Formats: sequence, structure tokens, C-alpha cells
Amino acid sequence: MIEAIGLTKRYGTTVAVDDLSFTIAPGRVTGFLGPNGAGKSTTMRMILGLDRPTSGKALIDGKSYAQLDRPLRTVGALLDAKWVHPNRSAKAHLQWLAKSNGLPDRRVGEVLDMVGLTAVAKRRAGGFSLGMSQRLGIAGALLGDPQVLLFDEPVNGLDPEGILWIRQFMQSLAAEGRTVLVSSHLLSEMAVTAQDLVVIGKGKIISQGSTTEFIEKATENSVLVRSPHLSKLGPLLVDKGYTVRNDDDGALTVVGATSDQIGDIAGANGVVLHELSPQRGSLEQAFMQLTGDSVEYHAEIGK
Amino acid sequence: MDQVTLLAVERIKLFSTRSPWWCMALAMVITIGMAAVIAANTDERFPLSVPVSQGFTNFGMVVIMVMAALAVTTEYRFGTIRSTFLAAPDRVRPLLAKTTVVALLSALVGEVIAFGSWGIGRLIKPDADMALNSAAEWRNVAGTGLVFAFAAVLAVAVGILVRQTAAAVAILLVYTMLLENLIGIIPTIGPKIQRWLIGRNSDHFLTAGNESFISEGGGADQPFGPWGSLAYYAAVCVGFLVVALVVAKRRDA
Repeated sequence: MIEAIGLTKRYGTTVAVDDLSFTIAPGRVTGFLGPNGAGKSTTMRMILGLDRPTSGKALIDGKSYAQLDRPLRTVGALLDAKWVHPNRSAKAHLQWLAKSNGLPDRRVGEVLDMVGLTAVAKRRAGGFSLGMSQRLGIAGALLGDPQVLLFDEPVNGLDPEGILWIRQFMQSLAAEGRTVLVSSHLLSEMAVTAQDLVVIGKGKIISQGSTTEFIEKATENSVLVRSPHLSKLGPLLVDKGYTVRNDDDGALTVVGATSDQIGDIAGANGVVLHELSPQRGSLEQAFMQLTGDSVEYHAEIGK
Repeated sequence: MDQVTLLAVERIKLFSTRSPWWCMALAMVITIGMAAVIAANTDERFPLSVPVSQGFTNFGMVVIMVMAALAVTTEYRFGTIRSTFLAAPDRVRPLLAKTTVVALLSALVGEVIAFGSWGIGRLIKPDADMALNSAAEWRNVAGTGLVFAFAAVLAVAVGILVRQTAAAVAILLVYTMLLENLIGIIPTIGPKIQRWLIGRNSDHFLTAGNESFISEGGGADQPFGPWGSLAYYAAVCVGFLVVALVVAKRRDA
């Protein structure tokens, strides 16, 4: 279990992480979601004792990271797949890590097998593709067979096969009862990977709970209506208290009403309908809506 | 996690990359090569002696300092220092282990260089007086390992403090090769400051009592005797390490 209690990190006047409190439960994959610059990595680094919190604390099974004896046996982390000396072989990299926490040398072979790198174990890690580097990073995280795992943007830049592999791998780790925290800026990815979500923006908690709940809550349900008599139907719907938007291509988007309700109103008023289709807002739109005010770097979408 | 394990870890880390091997080979080839060239060119007017054969060990020391600094700065460059701190969150102990491994290796290289330079001189000029028959001569040769070891400690400390290879190497080279000598040029106070500089003290430790045509046999106005100079030099190097460890412990990795 991972707990953050009032975790805060300031760099001068910039607040990178602002009073974060959350609990990550074992046995599930928890997505740590937020736009770039939201403070995900900083939070993970504070959980792992690499960065010193300005205030608050992070606990792993009730202890701070520094209090853990042979921490790799409790916590495995992949923060950056490039944290490997390029001239060191994959095997040598894992060997020193294993040695440092008193793990047997055979464990190196086991984790290399688990991630499918046995064939390239003696090759220098600098020549690895991004996908292979990620696998090596995951092998390092798994060395101590830890109950708690943290992955920072593990699927960034991977091909679909690699993404699928990592997704299934994280789910199998959680199924074994481990605590798995994985950060991402892609809601669509988290929607299929994580059971729980902690969503942050500009260092603050925006939402935490189950992924399905979050998506239910966040995505807007609307109905697209096409009709030759829109000018008649529109005011009728507004009278009923629904929100109606005129789309550019001569259709109406109605928010707050079901397609049944709209169909009934149209029928009762003799309005011919050409289309009546429920719309589901995209995950990305939902995410943008929730974090819209909390994006660190805005890009103007120019005209 | 015991310190012995951490020493083994740092040994694996150091020897599983190529740059330490290159640095060690370079240090030996340059220094012993220079000693051979010097020995071959000595004659009755400029006779080969023990201190003459040891006159160029500082070249090797500079290369070894680069190796020691690299042992730290490459860890920062490639992020492996963070993996190290994840494996040993105490930070001070893994860094101490690294310092120990690098210092011991540097001592060994220092001895190889010193005795190699002395040996090649004997081979080239078998008739020269190269016998090690005084404590001062032994100190001049065998003491090189000690000087190298503390030079490595200083270089590791600088590496931890500045974290970048270029900056660390520049600081070490500019100081050892330039500042140490240039400060003496400042009128009046220059020589007074120079007595307290670490390179001057480590040189005094090696050369005191060993006169030759390349050296007066140690500075007469040094504040300490040869072993006092070594202690002073070692204390300054260790002092830098202590500061570096405190900084590394406190700052974000």
C-alpha cells in the first residue's frame, strides 16, 4: 500500500506538488493520471525518497522509503528506462542492483527471462531499443520480487505490441496481490489498464476513485438530432430545460436528455426526425474538461 | 545492507564499464613512458636518480583524478545514481563505498606507476644510483600510492558536488595544472598561500629530502614535515568529501 499525506513540493515560488493525499490499494492497477507537468514524476520521486518533500510525507506499507531495509525487496520502480550505463551489459546492470540488496545472482536470470531479454543479456544496454530498455527497467523493478511497484509513463514511445505487453504484465502483477501505481498522461491508455485512478493537475488532486466511475462522471452524455424542422424542435427542447447546441453541419446536440425523451417530444409535436443518436464524449475530451484549467503549458490551437 | 556488499557493488559498477580501464592504462603508459624518455636522456651532468625517475608521477595522478571524477559524474549523467540511491536510500554509505573502491584502485595504480617508473629507469640505466637506501627515497616511490588515493578522494568529492563530467574535470585540471603554480606568482602573499595548497603539500611529502637536478628536495618553507604535509593534504581531501556527502544527502537526487 502506498499512502501520500499532504505531500507538497515547492521549487522556489513554483508549487510542483500541492498538498496531495491519496492511498493506493494493493491488488489493483492504479493509474496516476495528469497532463505533462502536473507533478506525477515529482510525486513518484518523493514516494521513492529521491526528492525531499517540502512538507507532508509518503509511506509505503506504513514506512518512509528511507526506513526500508533492502528497499528493492519491498518496492520496485521504473522511473526512467534510460537510467542505465550505456556501456554496461543488461546482465551487469541487474547484477549490481541484485548484489546491492543481497538478492541471489540467479534472480538476474529469472527476471531477464520474465521480460524476455535473456538472448540479449550480454549486449550493452546503450544499444537497446526503447522497448528493450523499458523491459530492462521492468526487470530491474522486479528483481526483489516486491509487493509495491511504481512505473512512470512505462508505455511512452512504445509500439502497440510493447504497450499491450506492459499492460498485461502490470495487470498480472496486480492480480498477484501487488500494489501497482502507473503514471500516464493518456486517459485512453489508463482506461484499459487501470482499475483505479488518481487524477492530478497542476500538482493538485482532481479526482480519485475507480476508473469506470471517473469515466461515467467525466464523459458528457448527449444526443445528436437531425431533422428538417430543427428550428421548431430546438425551442421545444430548450423549454423542457435541456441544453441545446447548434452544430455547424445543421444538427442539434442535446445535453441532459435521453433519446427516448427527445423522440417523444418530437412525436408529440409532429416533428420529423432523420437521426437521433446518443453520443458518448471521448475520454480525451473528458480529461481535457477536468484538467483544462490545470494544464501547465497551454498551446494555442491557431486558426 | 553491509558495507562489504556495497563495496562489491561499486567494484562491479566500476569494472563493468570501459572508461576506468582506459584511464588506468593511459595513466600508466604516459607516466612510465615519460620516465623512460627521461631516463634515456640522463647523463653525467644530469644523472638519473630515484627522485628523477619519480618526477612525472603527477601526470598519472591527473588522469587518475579524471577516472575518479568520472566514476561519479557518469552515474549522474546516466541516472544510475538514482538507481543506486533507490537500492541504498542512505546515500552516504554507497557513496563512501564508491570512494573507497576508487581510492584503493588509485593507490594501486599509483604504486604501479611509481615502481614502474623506477624499474624502467633501472633497466635503461643499470649503472645509475637507483638504490632505495633511505627512508626519504622509499617515501618518494612507495608514497605515491597514498598521494594518488587522496587525490581520488578529492576528485570523487568534486564529482559529487558538481555532478557534471565537463565541469568536474575542468575544475580538477585547472586547479592541479594551473592554479597551484600560478598562485605562487602573486607578489608577497602568493608564496605564503602556496605553502598551504594541497598539491604543494603532497609534493613535499614525496620529495622532501630527495634532492636532484629537477627538484630541490621539497620546499624548505613548508609548514609541516613530510608526514605532516601528507596528513594536511589528506585532511583537506577528506574534508571536501564530507562536504560532498552532506550535500548529496540533502539535495534531490
